[in-house]
Amino acid sequence: MSLLRANDIYGGYGGADILNGASIAVDKDEIVVIIGANGAGKSTLMKAVFGLLHVRSGEVVYRDAPITNGRPETMVTRGIAYVPQEHNVFPSLTVQENLEMGGYALKGDLRPRLETVYGLFPRLAERRRQEAGLMSGGERQMVAMGRALMIEPSLLMLDEPTAGLSPRLIDETFQRIASIRDLGIGVLMVEQNAKQALAIADRGYVLATGANRFEDTGPNLLANREVAEMFLGG
Amino acid sequence: MYTLIELMQLSIYGIVLGSILTLGAIGVSMIFGILRFAHFAHGDLLTVGAYCGLGFLSLTGAPVWFALPAGMAGAAVVAVLVDQAVYRQIRRTQPVILLISSFGMGLIIRSVVQVIWGPDVYSYPGGIQRPWQIWELSIIPNHVWILLAAVVLVALLHLFLTRTRLGKAMRAMSDNMDLALVTGIPAERVIMITWIIGGALAAGAGVLLGMDSRLTPMMGWSTLLPIFAAAIVGGIGRPYGAIAGGMLIGLAMEISTLFIDPSYKLAVAFVIMVAVLIVRPHGILKGAW
Ligand SMILES: Nc1ncnc2c1ncn2[C@@H]1O[C@H](COP(=O)(O)OP(=O)(O)OP(=O)(O)O)[C@@H](O)[C@H]1O
Ligand SMILES: [Mg+2]
Repeated sequence: MSLLRANDIYGGYGGADILNGASIAVDKDEIVVIIGANGAGKSTLMKAVFGLLHVRSGEVVYRDAPITNGRPETMVTRGIAYVPQEHNVFPSLTVQENLEMGGYALKGDLRPRLETVYGLFPRLAERRRQEAGLMSGGERQMVAMGRALMIEPSLLMLDEPTAGLSPRLIDETFQRIASIRDLGIGVLMVEQNAKQALAIADRGYVLATGANRFEDTGPNLLANREVAEMFLGG
Repeated sequence: MYTLIELMQLSIYGIVLGSILTLGAIGVSMIFGILRFAHFAHGDLLTVGAYCGLGFLSLTGAPVWFALPAGMAGAAVVAVLVDQAVYRQIRRTQPVILLISSFGMGLIIRSVVQVIWGPDVYSYPGGIQRPWQIWELSIIPNHVWILLAAVVLVALLHLFLTRTRLGKAMRAMSDNMDLALVTGIPAERVIMITWIIGGALAAGAGVLLGMDSRLTPMMGWSTLLPIFAAAIVGGIGRPYGAIAGGMLIGLAMEISTLFIDPSYKLAVAFVIMVAVLIVRPHGILKGAW
């Protein structure tokens, strides 16, 4: 049984379909990476899974329950957390308040979960009283990821978590994501830094015009000549 | 020497007016931050609050300060009812439709107040107060209480926004509505709290305005423009900016009477607003526009 399956998804923003039969699956303990050209529909697929975009045809199944076109709030309570590609922090809230908002949908004491996030991102612990809008790009991605982890998700969806980061920070972020996976969380992420992402990924999908082009294990995709030519810079 | 004293005297009036405008502008700003429309019935929530306070006093014979909590409760209820009955139904349409509906709602509220209480001018019991003479300044006791009440209300709001879960959620929604949705913040509950607080603070402004002068069905409507000026100057969508905006507009309106005819006070509010926007197009704190 997969944690999440999306089968044969069609849908768009009102005009022509952007997704043309895309399918993905994620297991727990697994990092799954979606790569593809700009405009291929990677972000759109994430939104469709999370209920932010109307799925016209196809189904999304989470832990064997259909959640197609479910409301985003209900995704959170089921244990799915999503970090959008852009505008993914509350800029006028402090780091700690951002994290508290992440835990809003769950009842109970926030402190242990805050400690877990601060353990994972010590930098955030130092900056807990700083406004998120005043932080660097890398720090902001940490806030965004931390916010999502506050619901103790079973599935974490990340849209380009390393966009705009320095090479050193990119390495660090991928290590962080690997340790999140090691907590037993399934990670579904879209990535432009395809080489590094596939290196830590268990499996990957290559999306083109809203449909699966390739799917394989991370190492196999890295070794695939066609994929290499298209996305890995030769 | 004479003008200096007069300037200080007018500054006191300006601070009193400013604290009243602040209470109204905070609500306008919060509502804009969460719902993205300019609430034109806000002035009439002031009126509702003032009259609910008056009604409570005449029914119970309670001391005059009970008008404040009673008015705040009354206007909060009216604000929530209006939102649920009207604005909520059209929330997904364009902001301009909400704006025009709120204009109409204001007209309705004003008429209802007039139907219930009539067009007469009322005032809260207490009568004319003898001012305290302090040095060369005369200070009307009510002005001190008005300022104190406004400070307490703003402090309570601050505690709410920074210490409570719902208050933080309100700031989060105002920051980024889409992310709030994705995070699982209950939007409808936050919207309702926004109306409760916005209505209550408007009523606070209304009761305090009533204590400073008189109650008429038009009192709120005619205060709406400086309230909007204060909210915009402060940076619309930023309740903390509304405090700065309210004080600036209030002071400018009163001090201007040193130089020009008092009937131009409203124009002064706008001149100040335009002047600030030229220097800081998003208001004192960067607003949501
Ligand atoms: N809100 C929207 N409304 C209408 N069309 C949109 C919207 N968002 C994206 N699109 C269109 O959908 C297509 C896929 O966009 P999407 O954001 O999913 O691409 P992507 O694969 O994530 O690209 P990138 O690598 O640039 O992030 C594009 O053609 C884009 O123009
Ligand atoms: Mg994208």
